[in-house]
Amino acid sequence: MSSKPPMRMREKVLLRVASRVFIPLILLFALYVQFHGDFGPGGGFQAGVIFAAGFVLFGLIFGLETLQQVVPWSIVERSVALGLLIFGGVGVACLLRGGRFLDYGVLDHHSSMHGQHLGILIIELGVGLTVAATMLAIFYAMAGRERT
Amino acid sequence: MWIEIVLFALLVITAVTIAGLNDLFAAAMLSGIFSLLCASLFTLMDAVDVAFTEAAVGAGISTVLMLGALSLTGNRENQQPLRLGPFVVVLLTGAVLIYGTLDMPAYGDPAAPIHQHVAPEYIAGATAEFGLPNIVTVVLGSYRGFDTLGETAVIFTAGVGVMALLLGRRKRRDGDEVETSGEGHGDAKS
Repeated sequence: MSSKPPMRMREKVLLRVASRVFIPLILLFALYVQFHGDFGPGGGFQAGVIFAAGFVLFGLIFGLETLQQVVPWSIVERSVALGLLIFGGVGVACLLRGGRFLDYGVLDHHSSMHGQHLGILIIELGVGLTVAATMLAIFYAMAGRERT
Repeated sequence: MWIEIVLFALLVITAVTIAGLNDLFAAAMLSGIFSLLCASLFTLMDAVDVAFTEAAVGAGISTVLMLGALSLTGNRENQQPLRLGPFVVVLLTGAVLIYGTLDMPAYGDPAAPIHQHVAPEYIAGATAEFGLPNIVTVVLGSYRGFDTLGETAVIFTAGVGVMALLLGRRKRRDGDEVETSGEGHGDAKS
C-alpha cells in the first residue's frame, strides 16, 4: 500500500464514485453510533472504529497523501492522547465536584440521572476519539512504509 | 435453530479453508468473512454490541491492516511440511476446551451463576438510576467505568507502541521522509 496502488485505484471511476457516496454515510453512521450509544447498540469503541474505517476507505481510494492533507498526522497523534485525557478528566471533574472518581452523578446540580447521562456521553466521546485516532495512526504507520 | 447450524457450519468451513491455504491474500479475506460470520452469530445471541465490535474491528479494520501488511511483505506462505508435534498439541488443546464447555450452564439459562451475581442489580439500576435503555452502555460507562478507562489506556498504549516501533525506525533509516508527519513526530523515535 505504498503510494502506487492507491494512485491506480483513484483512476477507477466506479471506486471513486461509490466511495464518494459511501464515505459521508459511513461517517454519519459513526456519529449516530457514537451519540446514540446510550439508547441503541454501539458506543464510543464501535463508533471510533467505524469513523476510522471511513477515513481508511478514503485513504485507500484517493491515496495516503490526500488523506494526510484531510487529517494531518499532528491531529491524529494528539487525538490519541486527548481521548484518554477526556476520559480521565471526567473522573477528575467528578472528584473536584465532591464525588468519587468516575461517579458521574455529581456532574449535574439538579439530577443525578442527568449527570450520569452527561458523564457517559463525554467518556464515550473520549473512547471514540482515542480509538479512531489509534486506528488511523496504525493505518498511517503501516501504509506509509515502503516495501523493504 | 437452523440458521445457527448453517452459520456454525460455514464458520468451520472457513476456518478449515484458512488453515489449508497458502495464499495469504485469500486467507486475509477469508478471516474477514470469518469475523462477519461470528458477528452474525453474536447478533443471533442478542449480543448486538459485541457483534458490532466484531464486524467493525474483525471484518473491517483488521482485514485492511492485514492487506496493508501483505503489500509490504509477500502474499504467499512458505511451504512447510506438516509437523506432527504442534498438530497433536493443537488437537489436544481443542479437545480440552470442548471438554471444558460440557460443564457450562445451558445457553440462556437464567439460573446460571453469571446471571445471579451483580447482573440483577445492574438491570434494575440501569432503568432506576440511569433511565437508559442500553444496559451495556451503562455497565461499560458507569458501573465498570474503571475497566473502560483501563481499556482506553490499553488502546492508547497500543497506538503509542505502534508509532514507536514503525515510525521511529522509518525516520532513522531515511530522515528526509518526514513530510507524512507533523512536528510532534520526533516523540516517536525511541
